[in-house]
Amino acid sequence: MANITLNKIRHSYTADIEKSGDWALKEMDVVWQDGGAYALLGPSGCGKTTLLNIISGLLVPTEGRVLFDDRDVTDLPSDQRQIAQVFQFPVVYDTMTVFDNLAFPLRNRGMAPDMITARVHEIAQMLDLEEVLNNRASGLTADGKQKISLGRGLVRSDVNVIMFDEPLTVIDPHLKWLLRSKLKELHQQVKATMIYVTHDQTEALTFADKVVVMHDGVVVQIGTPVELFEKPNHTFVGHFIGSPGMNLLPCELHNGEPRFEGHTIGVSAPFKMPQPNAQLQIGIRPEFVRFAEQGLPVDIVKVDDVGRYRIVETRINNQTIKIVSPEGISIPADKAHIRFEQESTHLYADHWILT
Amino acid sequence: MKSFKWLAPTLYILFLMLPIYWLVTMSFKTTNEILGGFSLWPQEFTIANYVTIFTDPSWYIGYLNSITYVTINTIISVSVALPAAYAFSRYRFLGDKHLFFWLLTNRMAPPAVFALPFFQLYSAVGLFDTPIAVALAHALFNVPLAVWILEGFMSGVPKELDETAFIDGYSFWRFFIKIFIPTIAAGIGVAMFFCFMFSWVELLLAKTLTSVDAKPIAAIMTKTASTSGYELGLLAAAGTLTIIPGAFVIWFVRHNIAKGFALGRV
Amino acid sequence: MSEKTTNQKAWLLVAPVVILVAFNALIPLMTVVNYSVQETFGDNVFFWEGMKWFEDVLHSERFHASLLRQLSFTGIILAIEVPLGVAIALTMPKKGPWVSVCLVLMALPLLIPWNVVGAMWNIFALPDIGLLGKMINGLGIDYNFTQQPMAAWFTTILMDVWHWTSLVVLLAYAGLCSIPDAYYQAARIDGASRWAVFRFIQLPKMKRVLTIAVLLRFMDSFMIYTEPFVLTGGGPGNTTTFLSIDLVKIALGQFDLGPAAAMSLIYFLIILLLSWIFYTLMMRNEEQ
Repeated sequence: MANITLNKIRHSYTADIEKSGDWALKEMDVVWQDGGAYALLGPSGCGKTTLLNIISGLLVPTEGRVLFDDRDVTDLPSDQRQIAQVFQFPVVYDTMTVFDNLAFPLRNRGMAPDMITARVHEIAQMLDLEEVLNNRASGLTADGKQKISLGRGLVRSDVNVIMFDEPLTVIDPHLKWLLRSKLKELHQQVKATMIYVTHDQTEALTFADKVVVMHDGVVVQIGTPVELFEKPNHTFVGHFIGSPGMNLLPCELHNGEPRFEGHTIGVSAPFKMPQPNAQLQIGIRPEFVRFAEQGLPVDIVKVDDVGRYRIVETRINNQTIKIVSPEGISIPADKAHIRFEQESTHLYADHWILT
Repeated sequence: MKSFKWLAPTLYILFLMLPIYWLVTMSFKTTNEILGGFSLWPQEFTIANYVTIFTDPSWYIGYLNSITYVTINTIISVSVALPAAYAFSRYRFLGDKHLFFWLLTNRMAPPAVFALPFFQLYSAVGLFDTPIAVALAHALFNVPLAVWILEGFMSGVPKELDETAFIDGYSFWRFFIKIFIPTIAAGIGVAMFFCFMFSWVELLLAKTLTSVDAKPIAAIMTKTASTSGYELGLLAAAGTLTIIPGAFVIWFVRHNIAKGFALGRV
Repeated sequence: MSEKTTNQKAWLLVAPVVILVAFNALIPLMTVVNYSVQETFGDNVFFWEGMKWFEDVLHSERFHASLLRQLSFTGIILAIEVPLGVAIALTMPKKGPWVSVCLVLMALPLLIPWNVVGAMWNIFALPDIGLLGKMINGLGIDYNFTQQPMAAWFTTILMDVWHWTSLVVLLAYAGLCSIPDAYYQAARIDGASRWAVFRFIQLPKMKRVLTIAVLLRFMDSFMIYTEPFVLTGGGPGNTTTFLSIDLVKIALGQFDLGPAAAMSLIYFLIILLLSWIFYTLMMRNEEQ
């Protein structure tokens, strides 16, 4: 059990990096607290799997160090790092029984047979695999196999971290939910650090205590689901998380106040002056836009009823603003005025929040 | 350990190349030099052997004959195997399993067993000494193989593809030719490769079913070996030339060869 | 995989294959059966002989000897080619420019006409003018495959290994390439040894292709004719006269159609039987 520190990590798959500048991971410093449930969230190709493989030791980073507590493990192979990984597609040893599959990592480490048996039964019980322990692993369904992959990580009581690389991709939708709550439950029981890689925000937000959002090789924010929602550090977090995503409106500064379409907009906190040529944007989540007597005059373009709330699309001079309006609030027919809740309105310069 | 891993394939390839090297070397030697003593490379380099082959019709016609029947065989085998493989991969029908097994048993029939009956059969239908006879005879073992390979590839194509096409109003043959065949192009390539290979290398049947007009190069070589004494240089040159079409074909399929073996259930 | 639908019209799609193969297989097979139960003295006059030829062949020492030689040969080359092919496939590079080079060079022997293979090895192994013969004699070993049975066997086996190991390599390599990287990564994390990776990941995933490799090599080596015939002519004496060579000698050399036909059928049945046993054993193993 350990804190995992990524110290100035950079990685590139191309050999001649000085020339190409083609970094798969740009420089990052991240600390994963011992026992945390993390989600690593980002679109395909943003570098999530690369980061994961660096932690697990399947990849050696081009630059930077990986520390488990104070121990430098950068050059240590995977099997000496006490980590476990569950892959996108279930990996089971086809010719072995479920029992042998679970016992495999322990046997490789020379544990005594009776201790192995005890440990395997304990884990099988947690994962509801007891009834199939003596079956051939190859005959199991995809979710059963994925449980075995997971179990092979859990049997080792000394694991520093268990990593999940989009583990539910091949699982049927109705089982996804079951397996996900199982994971959450397991995290409570074993208290190991877990890192869950996904591009699905629902999976990330339901599983994790802390979500690490990646975009284009950079960690753009680490925070609780609430923080990501209320105060995105980066416009990418704003529009990637949430449905619909954050409204991002171009603006300029007038006497130190942000102005959008000629209206002064109040933002949450005092901010530092941005660079002169920075691209400025106001970010406001649709949930925090209200209809009002006065404010921005908008045309209502479309109303979608999605059940418990409605998504209203409005427009002001070609600029679309979406509003999430709870049930029971009447929506004006054609023209309306809207107001942003100041506490939840943020100012971004070149995509990063201004504070 | 890792740094020595290249050693095994390298030694193996070296072992494969040695006899070929010797053959090619001999083809550039004069008969006198070959019989006169031992030398690692030609002392008097000569291309006379190749000149003989390319100028004497009784030699080069053999190549044309071989290529003709191999081509006919490949086309026939793959085109009849395609619909059959489709049937085996998509439908259940009366006797399908037995039929499939019976087809495969023909791959196990020793050509030596069939040589004489084939001779009589093809003489009786008047095809003796034509490329068609050899092409048809080779179909005996190439068709089952082609069906087997193609069935493997086709089973890997989801059935939804067919169903979608039929819903979109494609007729069976239009679907088969316009959509299905392009989908399994890699499999067809692999099947053709194998048909080419087994037809090109087989000699017993090819020799039995021809006498003058359609004689394959390989048979002309054996005749030379026995009648014109010991013209090893000529023999080596002819042998070298028979390697070239094969090398050419492999070069074409080199990117698909590993994939091809794996993709189908071959 | 979705279920197959029952459709008797599928026979129409299979029909061309059935007609073509039946023409090639059934008519000659009937001819062979016909000969196998009759005696002829030429002029197309035949006499019914019943099972006589079969009994003769089954009790003939000549047949027993060829069969024994055949079984030994097939056993030896399988024992060499399969492990060797797997070992080479395991050491081959997985990606990069060398893959194509390796595959092309390794596939080369497979595409050389069989008599050229025989002829090539003949001039390669001749003790006076061949590279191999010269080398072995240079080591102080008396080697002449045209006169010494042991040398003839050694050369024939070496030739077959040269000729066909690549087929096993290609099949095994294809099997290895189809294993996703995640398996190797999981094994590394699980602390598996190199041997465990082979035993529990690579071998199971290669099983299917190896079954095919063994079957193909078994069938083809059992039918081998051209290469040893060109290389040694079945000699010295009868020491490398395998079943096919013997059969052709009887049928075309001595024109003893009856015994040759009976022998053909027995030969064919042995291949069928052994292939079937191989196949069921391996498949049963897989199902367990």
